[in-house]
Amino acid sequence: MNLYLWLIPVLPFVGFLINGLLGRRLPKALVSTVALAFPLAAFGVVLRAAMLAWPGNGNFSLPYVENFAGSWINAGLLHVDFSFALDQLTLVMLLIITGVGFLIHIYSIGYMAHEEGYWRYFAYLNLFLFFMLTLVLAENYLLMFVGWEGVGLASYLLIGFYFDKKSAADAGKKAFVVNRVGDFGFLLGMFLLLSQFGSLSLGKIGDALALNPGQHGGILTAIALCLVVGACGKSAQIPLYIWLPDAMEGPTPVSALIHAATMVTAGVYMIARTHGIFDRSPFALAVVAIIGAATAFFAATIALVQTDIKRVLAYSTISQLGYMFLGCGVAAYSAAIFHLMTHAFFKALLFLAAGSVIHGLNGEQNMLKMGGLRKKMPVTFLTMTMGVAAIAGIPIWAGFFSKDAILYEAFQHGVLGRSLYFVGLVTAFLTSFYMFRLWYLTFFGESRTSTTSLGEHGASVHARSDTRLVLEAEPSHAVHESPWSMLGPLVILAVLSFVGGWVGIERFGQFLSPVTGPIIDPALEPGGKSLDITLTVVAVAIAAIGWFFARLYYGRKSERPGQIVAAMPGVYSLLVHKYWIDELYSNIIVKPLTLASRYVLGWLGEGAIIRGSAWLLAGIATLLGELVRRWQSGNLRSYSAWLAAGAAVLLVFAIASALFGLHSFDFAIAWAGR
Amino acid sequence: MPQSLLNDVPSSWYLLLSALLFTLGVVGFLIKRNLITVFMSIELMLNAVNLSFVTFAHEWHAVKGQIFVFFVMVVAAAEAAVGLAIIIAIFRARNTLNVDQIDLMKL
Repeated sequence: MNLYLWLIPVLPFVGFLINGLLGRRLPKALVSTVALAFPLAAFGVVLRAAMLAWPGNGNFSLPYVENFAGSWINAGLLHVDFSFALDQLTLVMLLIITGVGFLIHIYSIGYMAHEEGYWRYFAYLNLFLFFMLTLVLAENYLLMFVGWEGVGLASYLLIGFYFDKKSAADAGKKAFVVNRVGDFGFLLGMFLLLSQFGSLSLGKIGDALALNPGQHGGILTAIALCLVVGACGKSAQIPLYIWLPDAMEGPTPVSALIHAATMVTAGVYMIARTHGIFDRSPFALAVVAIIGAATAFFAATIALVQTDIKRVLAYSTISQLGYMFLGCGVAAYSAAIFHLMTHAFFKALLFLAAGSVIHGLNGEQNMLKMGGLRKKMPVTFLTMTMGVAAIAGIPIWAGFFSKDAILYEAFQHGVLGRSLYFVGLVTAFLTSFYMFRLWYLTFFGESRTSTTSLGEHGASVHARSDTRLVLEAEPSHAVHESPWSMLGPLVILAVLSFVGGWVGIERFGQFLSPVTGPIIDPALEPGGKSLDITLTVVAVAIAAIGWFFARLYYGRKSERPGQIVAAMPGVYSLLVHKYWIDELYSNIIVKPLTLASRYVLGWLGEGAIIRGSAWLLAGIATLLGELVRRWQSGNLRSYSAWLAAGAAVLLVFAIASALFGLHSFDFAIAWAGR
Repeated sequence: MPQSLLNDVPSSWYLLLSALLFTLGVVGFLIKRNLITVFMSIELMLNAVNLSFVTFAHEWHAVKGQIFVFFVMVVAAAEAAVGLAIIIAIFRARNTLNVDQIDLMKL
């Protein structure tokens, strides 16, 4: 029996190769088939592995390690294998990535139908799946890093998919460069791990930690902090979150798959995966918790005033990732992974629904120009409602359970945890508020689309019975519901966003506990159950208040938002400009770096040292050439004279060495005398 | 030539003759301007070498030297054929056989 883990990433890679190499020449239908078939096959392999390896089925003991290509690196201290490992955490991630990933592939067929570079898009998307699956399957840090870098590459390629648009190309570059900072931390962490444990294998490091129960802090804190830097880059946390809002330049399904459901959760996954190290370093955990709570709050405040529907969702993603970090930081890893899962469902749904709205409005992303879409796009409206309810934490929707679990665990985690709990609570209010704001602005009220006036224009043309014009005008301008290839995934994800949390944190934590360790179970704590219920009621009340305020301000046309802005122009301007963080980074880091590159490195390094040494070498060669070219007289007899002189010199040497016993010609003489 | 007579002449004489011939060849090669004379000087040098090969073969009763002589002769014959062809080609192209004027390679 074999689980064929290696097939899981390789199948999408084959899809990438086919579409990437031949896609330009293949018909669109075939490109779509290839793009869908391989992720579906990977999903099938994952399902098979899940059924065979499900705890209790008894066929395989988890973690199950599969070495599929022998040794990769074998150099002195460093031994790295091509091996994949399957355990409960990996299983959850695999199901999310292939399942949600496949749904988003289907959606993309409809969404990207009219785009140039259709084949290129799907090739990149399959490439992303390959790297993401490698990341979560990897049994050692180096292989995980390959996946880690690879998803960064795929993200870069897809953000810059419309590469002829400067803002998209810049956004791709920004994401790539900011991620490099995080990857630097990850690399340093790996070096420290290697020096400390002599191995990069997750299993071996876990064993080494288990053998040393007393080892705390010190080098482990250093390793954990380096890994946190990596996680902050990938998961868009303070201070490295700035790339994610710009990443919305990519096509919307990409935002759903890479920048909401899967890739950005890699940092959370990595922390949960290496929690053995974090558990030994309370300081590093505290750092994770504070970063998470701060990011959650900070991003939520920015989301309050954004008008671009995708940017609201981007900031809400950052904010939700902050929740997951908070969960990790209070050592409630399974709660964080639980939120990761429900977030994957509802955030993918929200992005796809937003994509459907944008598609229906022919590319309009500004919420102030939407409104009244409830009747025109009923399916999109209903599914989006499910997503909004899930993220806002309305009871029995998925997000309610997972967010509640994280907040409860934070509350139970000492003084720091308790204070961060309140930050989380305020964030929950903000989340509920900005999500319902998005909901009201998009689907309720009067239509503010410019297409309405176009419709009337079309009608007046019709009155003049110029049917040809009407036929031309209508199909491209009318607000329309999306095709079923887009609505189908929306419906499935809406169902998942609804029922996804019903498994409950207790059972989910139980399932993950062999990997992530046990969490505080309210049922087992003294007074835990009543505290849990109290906190739940508070959280629900907070969400309801957020909804109430959103309804008050945006439910119908109202002067109130304008009044608030007028009352607090400073705060509003701060939020609209996103705390001027981009400008701050630009002035403090980017500009000094470019100046230093241009003047210090450019003049001194490149100009003086590199170009100078090149000129010096060339000068020496020219000078020597000037000297020795005089030998090349072109005169045959002078050449032969040199030849004869050389032969004579050799002869003198030979005779002299024979006479005076010089050893350098012994060999020649011995050979001649044979 | 009878074996006894050959033995009467010491090997060193043959070697001296060979050295003399070789030196003549080198000098002719260096000072003569006519390409054909230069060419003949090369042949002279080759034959001087052949002579010393044969001498040493005789002296040490080794057959290797004599075999080498045949090699040299073959190479010399081939070289003569190619060399003369080149000389004819040069004469046709430049109308002279003066080596000082055949200096196309000069910078």
